[in-house]
Amino acid sequence: MPTFVDISICDGCGKCVEVCPSDIMHIDKKLRRAYNIEPDYCWECYSCVKACPQHAIDMRGYADFCPLGHALTVLREPEKGRVSWRVKYRNGSIKNFTFPIRTTPFGSIKPPDSFPFREDELNSQLLSHEPEYLKLPARQEVSSK
Amino acid sequence: MSMRTSKSTRLVDSDLLIIGGGMAGCGAAYEARYWGRKLKIVVVEKANIERSGAVAMGLSAINCYMGMRWNENTPEDFVRYTRSDLMGLVREDLVLDIARHVDSTVHLFEEWGLPIIYDEKTGRYKREGRWQILIHGESYKPIVAEAAQKSASEIYNRIMVTHLLRDASDKNRIAGAAGFSVRDGTFYVFRAKAVIVSAGGATHVYRPKSVGEGAGRTWYAPWSTGSAYALLIRVGATMTQMENRLVVTRFKDGYGPVGAWFLALKAVARNAYGEDYERKYVEQQRELYGSYVDAKPFPTCLRNDSMLRELKAGKGPIYIHTEQVLDTKEKEELGWEDFLDMTMSQSIVWASQNIDPKTTPSELQTSEPYIMGSHATCSGAWASGPDDISPEQYKWGYNRMTTVKGLFGAGDTIGGSAHKFSSGSFTEGRLAAKAAVKYILDNSEYRPQLDNNGIESIKEEVFKPLENYEVGKNKIVAGTVSPLYIYPNQGVVRLEKIMDEYAGGWSTMYMTNEFMLNRALELLRFLKEDLASIAAQDLHQLQRAWELHHRLWTAEAVVRHTLFRKETRWPGYYYRADYPKLDDDNWHVFVNSKYDSDSNSWTITTAPVIHIVK
Repeated sequence: MPTFVDISICDGCGKCVEVCPSDIMHIDKKLRRAYNIEPDYCWECYSCVKACPQHAIDMRGYADFCPLGHALTVLREPEKGRVSWRVKYRNGSIKNFTFPIRTTPFGSIKPPDSFPFREDELNSQLLSHEPEYLKLPARQEVSSK
Repeated sequence: MSMRTSKSTRLVDSDLLIIGGGMAGCGAAYEARYWGRKLKIVVVEKANIERSGAVAMGLSAINCYMGMRWNENTPEDFVRYTRSDLMGLVREDLVLDIARHVDSTVHLFEEWGLPIIYDEKTGRYKREGRWQILIHGESYKPIVAEAAQKSASEIYNRIMVTHLLRDASDKNRIAGAAGFSVRDGTFYVFRAKAVIVSAGGATHVYRPKSVGEGAGRTWYAPWSTGSAYALLIRVGATMTQMENRLVVTRFKDGYGPVGAWFLALKAVARNAYGEDYERKYVEQQRELYGSYVDAKPFPTCLRNDSMLRELKAGKGPIYIHTEQVLDTKEKEELGWEDFLDMTMSQSIVWASQNIDPKTTPSELQTSEPYIMGSHATCSGAWASGPDDISPEQYKWGYNRMTTVKGLFGAGDTIGGSAHKFSSGSFTEGRLAAKAAVKYILDNSEYRPQLDNNGIESIKEEVFKPLENYEVGKNKIVAGTVSPLYIYPNQGVVRLEKIMDEYAGGWSTMYMTNEFMLNRALELLRFLKEDLASIAAQDLHQLQRAWELHHRLWTAEAVVRHTLFRKETRWPGYYYRADYPKLDDDNWHVFVNSKYDSDSNSWTITTAPVIHIVK
């Protein structure tokens, strides 16, 4: 509906509530477990599915046009830099895919103020790290015409 | 009883306030810190910047990359392409400015760890199309968000910004913004010397094609709620191209994008009889729309137009023949990753309907209209361009500053500059931020003055829906039907119906005319009055209530602009049935609007389209 939460696996930690871009993963006050309060504002973006430490959240395609019996499950492993998908068709056939997600460790980006400051460029058209990062052949100037 | 009085107010001071932590906002935070080392930079975000904005779920391509390092394209080439795709009307200075900087953004992304796919034969980035490169983009947003987190002084997640605040002593100068925490209901007042709005465009202004749960599967994000426009309109910023709404051709229902399939995999689209229809109507199109039909590539809106003509002729469904192009394992993986990185719903449609793209074609359809500034469309604020390339009429101060002093924009917020996509939006955030830092340093004496009485009345207005519910609920036994109030989602449905039926939605095949548009304005006026009677049971619904406000203001601008432009400029996006031709003699101009809150009136004018690239 599009996300649903397995009541026997969810421990109510709230990671899905923290990350959901649509603010639709909430904790049910009686059961103290997460659920999707507004399925018709769910983009099936999988942000909550990927963030759930218990793997308690899955997707059931929109009832308007998705016949039952399918599944699309995901395992995101940031430390290994990859994401893996398993597609289960209504007719039972299976496809598996794994793709890279990042080439550097999470957390490794250098902040902009760790680079030398070029105050004299404040009035020029150049942005930070330019012109170097444009990697223009033969030091071609930033085009102005 | 009054719930609003129990809400505490928190004042947050900053030099630079960035509203919206998507691609443009993250670019702004990074660049602002680079140039403004000592400034207090605050980012405020409706969701959580880790996964917010249109790139929340990932992306499988970067659609704006010149490749200047390999002499693949020049920024001028990009201006020519964007101009012809938008049927002649773009702010060439703004487009050129993004194009000349966007490559450095992409190289920065690669250094940060975004996996970009290389072509082993050439040693260059693998091209999807002339402007597009392929990425493994599942973590695109978390990577970019990490850069912003390391740049901003403070990031406030889960704050819905409802209003911009003008300076108490200068009505045309920005002094901050107000909103509330969706988690604890605290009322936030952000005081700032300069503000960059990098919020989202708008979905759910027009009725979606799906009717139930599937309404969540709009192609653009359902959390893009028009804040990019409504915030600015209400403080009197001039807006442009608001009539230039976007309709996209997508895989039916799942709304999987077609770019990788057409461009990289070379799939073809055919009608149900197996016929190629794209250029079938070119002579009729030439008659109505002139030489724009000869543009290469064929403009996005005209491709829609051809498909719509075919569907009206009863030649549907239209199919994209994926089964003809997935002949190797690499291509099959590319096709699947395209959706698993950015539109998982499409894979679910395939799995649920037993469609294996290797053996079975998929249906294509046109979407409901969206209002955006970053795709094959360019609604948004009228902004000052860069010093060195902008003509005088397009320049009044700082780059990407709107017509309100100190108010900057980027991404969906800035109009006239189409085809930015993710990388261009981030780049525009960088451009706006550098200019905003310069503005702050140049005006170092400026102390923003807030109008405290005005803020109190805004606070009252912001929390009114909670009070409406508390008071009104006692009149009924239970349920959602009340004579005293409507819920936000009921308001959204009414908005969608008005826009769909009268302002060129899909149910009329995107057709409208003067009578329909005037009727839309009449009905929108009732809805605007009913905003005073919106009820919210909790803070989540209060967020939805304010999203409705923003969508409604956006919708009104769309209708007013559409009414003003007496021609059909972008067939396939919408048609003025009373002016079915493209009319370059009279309408090769921008339509600009300005709302005045004192008189509650709109002024609509035209501005020249100045070509700076041959």
